[in-house]
Amino acid sequence: MSTRTDTLLSVRGVETYYGKIVALRGVDLDVHRGEIVTMIGANGAGKSTLMMTICGQPQARNGQIIYDGQDITLMPTHEIVSRGIAQSPEGRRIFPRMTVLENLQMGAALVDPSLFDEDLAKVFKLFPRLKERINQRGGTLSGGEQQMLAIARALMSRPKLLLLDEPSLGLAPLIVKQIFDAIRALNEEEGLTVFLVEQNAFHALKLAHRGYVMVNGNITMSGTGAELLKREEVRAAYLEGGRH
Amino acid sequence: MAVSGTKTPVAGPQGDPNSLQASIKDAAMAAFLAGVLGFFFIGIRTDIAPGGLDLKMRWGAWIISILIVFAGRLLLNLFVYKTRRPVTRNLSIGLSGSESRLAQAGKVLKWGLFAFALILPFFFTTFFPGRDRQFIDLAILIMTYIMLGWGLNIVVGLAGLLDLGYVAFYAVGAYSFALLAQYLDFGFWLALPLAGLLAATWGVILGFPVLRLRGDYLAIVTLAFGEIIRVVLLNWYEFTKGPDGISGIPKPTFFGLELKRGEGGFADFFGIAYDPIQRFIFLYYIIFILALITNFVTMRLRRLPIGRAWEALREDEIACRSLGINTRNTKLTAFAIGAMFGGFAGSFFATRQGFISPESFTFLESAIILAIVVLGGLGSQIGVVIAAVVMIGGIEMLRNLGFLQQVFGSGFDPVQYRMLIFGLAMVLIMVWKPRGLISTREPSAVLKEKKRIGADMVAQGEGH
Repeated sequence: MSTRTDTLLSVRGVETYYGKIVALRGVDLDVHRGEIVTMIGANGAGKSTLMMTICGQPQARNGQIIYDGQDITLMPTHEIVSRGIAQSPEGRRIFPRMTVLENLQMGAALVDPSLFDEDLAKVFKLFPRLKERINQRGGTLSGGEQQMLAIARALMSRPKLLLLDEPSLGLAPLIVKQIFDAIRALNEEEGLTVFLVEQNAFHALKLAHRGYVMVNGNITMSGTGAELLKREEVRAAYLEGGRH
Repeated sequence: MAVSGTKTPVAGPQGDPNSLQASIKDAAMAAFLAGVLGFFFIGIRTDIAPGGLDLKMRWGAWIISILIVFAGRLLLNLFVYKTRRPVTRNLSIGLSGSESRLAQAGKVLKWGLFAFALILPFFFTTFFPGRDRQFIDLAILIMTYIMLGWGLNIVVGLAGLLDLGYVAFYAVGAYSFALLAQYLDFGFWLALPLAGLLAATWGVILGFPVLRLRGDYLAIVTLAFGEIIRVVLLNWYEFTKGPDGISGIPKPTFFGLELKRGEGGFADFFGIAYDPIQRFIFLYYIIFILALITNFVTMRLRRLPIGRAWEALREDEIACRSLGINTRNTKLTAFAIGAMFGGFAGSFFATRQGFISPESFTFLESAIILAIVVLGGLGSQIGVVIAAVVMIGGIEMLRNLGFLQQVFGSGFDPVQYRMLIFGLAMVLIMVWKPRGLISTREPSAVLKEKKRIGADMVAQGEGH
């Protein structure tokens, strides 16, 4: 576990609305450099909304998001991303008619082109499967490969903070393990900071250094991954079939 | 036939596949419907008679129409609707199997067409000396539509922004040149870049309000924009001369030489005999080069980050945002560059015609250009060429089908049926090749060997 404590991302009292409907009711959380932080919660708790609010789409109505010492709350999305936040969005959202290589090129759109080959080699080392599929169209990949591509595409932008929105969605347990192993490797070897939103609470909390639990747009619990895994409420709500 | 509407395949019965009885029953039902619906349309004829209308019953025609519907429905039931496999599916399997061969043939075809286009005027002057002017004029027209198709392809095919008002930029280009020539005495070559620039500016002006729109909503707004431009041109009489149009638009010069008879003309300068055909050949090469520039720029842009961003935008806008693409600027450049080529083509149109009026820039033009792009296959350059040749050349060919008059009587004018044939062609292509003639998308970057997968194999990226 990382011992550094300087904060890379800090969310303070963020409230987000969809029209009149409240999605986030004053969320506070911190992500420190070199950490894997996860947020777990049921459907509709506001996990993805938080992820999208960090990227400025939609923007927070109240509160502040500080990234790397800068207030990014009201910045346009492309400027936030250009500061080193990469997101692998929910549902993967790869470009189906473009090849794997072109998808990765899109990920590197904001990076100096001379670094492309180096970065490409790096993501292929992480996901060798993508190398085999290099000239195949994104839409013809399997679900797991598409998720790998979505993460690899996000990595191509050389992020300081990687946001992952439900990378285990709809994938077989074996593939989920591969992907979580890759995330752990990224964190341990490259020191990449990861903020992970998950429904797969068990895997996510085992992987993460720290975790938050979100219910109805509020953060109800936080602690280290191991702590949260032991908590009775977490076990009941997220690990044992949703019984209370 | 007026009653053909009752034969909708949607109503195809879902009973026992081989039951003759069910087929006959269904056909009888269709015939009954045809009888009811056709009674007034076919069975009764009104003639103008002194003191009003005279009703005349046409029992023969009515009964024949019922019989035709019965027989047609029965045959369709037996051989199409009730067969275990729909006929169209067999056809489309055959076609998609030929996908890779088609793409291969496309490559050969591309260079073949290019070579032919290069020598085209001389081909016609040599082999069809009597009708060379007509053919070269047609080639100019087709080439104009190819260029417009390629320009629109940037907006619709690459960036995926459905633009129903593309003719607006064509009109802006044409009127820019015509007005610059009329008020400021500009020549074609001086006005051409300005016209492109003005059209691009209008592209951005249109682009701004529609940035947040997609799909149907975008289409409606662009359609309105196309009409607004036309209506303004029509009503701003003091400036544009409204419906009277602008005439006397100057012809392009060859490095300052006019293509005219006598002293100081092109023929005189080079010491060759003057021939009016030279002007057509010259115009042909201008539009040929303009179209080539359009194609070249598009192909180059596709390999650059901006072009890739266009395609990514078409696939998934949210993913684009999450990757830090500035979607606003990306869309605006697509609108601007597409509009610029429309403006160039418009200038050329003005100089070729020598006369323009708002009549030339109706919605039908937009529809034809869009049809060329869609039928050719969104994003496919060679597809646009084929579609333009078929659609624009096809209409002209209709004029030459004299034998049809022997079949349908001397009053039959095939050109009158062009919209019907258009519609039919479109329905057929959309049934068999729903993503256009050339639906494979050539990757813009490749490592090692190439692999082609038909677009129909891949989930449709609508990017909502």
